[in-house]
Amino acid sequence: MSVFIDKNTRLLVQGITGSEGQFHTRSCIAYGTNVVAGVTPGKGGQKMDDVPIYNGVKAAKKASDANASMILVPPPFAADAIMEAADAGIELVVCITEGIPVMDMMRVKNYLATKNTRLIGPNCPGLMTPGQCKIGIMPNTMGKGGGPVGVVSRSGTLTYEVVHQLSQVGLGQSTCIGIGGDPINGTNFLDCLAAFNADPETKAVVMVGEIGGNAEEDACDYIKANIDMPVVGFIAGLTAPPGRRMGHAGAIVSGGKGTAEAKIEAMKASGVHHCENLGKIGELCKKVF
Amino acid sequence: MKVHEYQAKELFRKFNVPTPNGKVAYTTEEVEKIADEFGLPVVVKAQVHAGGRGKGGGVKLARTKEEVKEVADSIIGMTLVTKQTGAEGKKVNKVLVEQGVSIKKELYLSIIPDRETASVAIVCSQDGGMDIEDVAEKTPERIITVSVSPATGIQPFHLRQVCFGLELPKELMKKMSALVKNLYECFVAYDCSMLEINPLIITEEDDIIALDAKIDVDGNSMFRHPDVKEMHDPDEEDPIELEASQYGLNYINLDGNVGNIVNGAGLAMATMDIVKMAGASPANFLDVGGGANAEAIENGFRLIMSDPSVKGILINVFGGILRCDILAQGVVQAATKLKLSVPVVVRMEGTNVEEGRKILADSGLELINAVDLADAAEKVAKIVA
Repeated sequence: MSVFIDKNTRLLVQGITGSEGQFHTRSCIAYGTNVVAGVTPGKGGQKMDDVPIYNGVKAAKKASDANASMILVPPPFAADAIMEAADAGIELVVCITEGIPVMDMMRVKNYLATKNTRLIGPNCPGLMTPGQCKIGIMPNTMGKGGGPVGVVSRSGTLTYEVVHQLSQVGLGQSTCIGIGGDPINGTNFLDCLAAFNADPETKAVVMVGEIGGNAEEDACDYIKANIDMPVVGFIAGLTAPPGRRMGHAGAIVSGGKGTAEAKIEAMKASGVHHCENLGKIGELCKKVF
Repeated sequence: MKVHEYQAKELFRKFNVPTPNGKVAYTTEEVEKIADEFGLPVVVKAQVHAGGRGKGGGVKLARTKEEVKEVADSIIGMTLVTKQTGAEGKKVNKVLVEQGVSIKKELYLSIIPDRETASVAIVCSQDGGMDIEDVAEKTPERIITVSVSPATGIQPFHLRQVCFGLELPKELMKKMSALVKNLYECFVAYDCSMLEINPLIITEEDDIIALDAKIDVDGNSMFRHPDVKEMHDPDEEDPIELEASQYGLNYINLDGNVGNIVNGAGLAMATMDIVKMAGASPANFLDVGGGANAEAIENGFRLIMSDPSVKGILINVFGGILRCDILAQGVVQAATKLKLSVPVVVRMEGTNVEEGRKILADSGLELINAVDLADAAEKVAKIVA
């Protein structure tokens, strides 16, 4: 078992003919993901390697029975692509694109509230069920399958770091999810924790947060009320100056809100094992799990 | 991207939001000319991107011809220090000269995106003209928040919530409703990430006017706002940060002495934290991008070397798409080209890490290898101690 994706996932790629689209589609296929279709408006009927291309998501879904989509289109067109996928009834949409205007994401979020589509991202590395399926841009060398640990993180390379350390201490992962660094995203910590909680294979969770917003605090409330398995948490940005955006559009302490201290406090209050030193998160997990 | 007050007011006027008569001036002579045109009194306001300008002496009223000269002389060219500029302050190159208006009442109004609810929040208060954070702390009941879903846009009931919430007299409600609706349209049309008017004033003549104006436009939306892009003022930015943005790098200047080069924003923050934990202090935040290439590494080096307080550099890269051997070649190239004057600790992990380490070891450069993140932080902290 795993969450959101597994070996039965049938992926289509929106923006498959762009350079990023081609590169990461090939990488997903090399990992073992079943890529069944691509979408590039105007290139319907062509192929990218062996993957048939369609002009729109609706047609692609009809022909391929895809149930997940990976979006690798430039920021001005990404919100439209997400809504097109939701309109076509795709269950899981993973948007990698960084730099989508906040106003666009507000409209997307309100639209998705009327649909049965789960959005992961945007501005995220995607997700991976090691050994079964990868949707996104995580390195194929990452991850150790068949394990008990669910990983959820707002950051890409920080996920790689954590998963690497877990694998090094011999802890495999059920599913690793990068929820993205934007202020408005489709799937949050809380959604992932609920999914991990419902997955019999996941026996422990690592949650990697950062400054900005209060998604970590909400997740901690949920953990306190609903989760019995051990959770290890890390928060990046203790040394970040207030009022500055730290690379991620959502990573900002403003008006005294969204501080690392408040999030760490919430973790401690909800029984999450807070990791102070990122360099030792693997060791800590080994000890706790 | 922040714009100046006078630029924000230009955007307001496009949406029929009333502002005082005003013109920008760069010299005292220009200020005097504008004052002659408008008639006295005038207000002279320093145009820098920082709050608290009034308290710092950057906003002054001039009632006589002599005062106009005096005020203009004192503000243009001054180094304005406010609680937002830091101790070094900001040099004032231009001012906004505005016709004086009579103030009956000062209100507060701002519009911000609410990330938790994916809606637009209109925040207002009867207690304008003061620090809104103080109002929020001492009398939170005097702040009204109205949440507008982008799915519906602004509706009459939102406007009623604002007007009744502010306890406005009936005869002003129509004017206020039109103004708030227009501001909302401006906010959405220009992808603002912040729009603030403090104070929004009611004049003795019962007009409602935006006496101040602050706008921050979502940097990600610049592709559809070429007019705002042109408002960018390079004088307002840290020169190293400005250069970094030209290379497509995310750089933020800090006051420590350990330079950091990291790929990915989260890992970059975590690296700063761990440097601090090891007893040193980060000189910068630098994210060269999750899929950085050799050129990005070289540019990162160049930026950090231009900061004289840096006593040691820590490179922390987790190779994913970017292979460690390619990265190592980039480091060697940059280090050779730029003649490193401070020790460099390198920690890399991920794809092709063995090949990468070999390239660094064979380079003949004095690079210090770290086995993991904790080790890297300790090594660099020891160097700068």
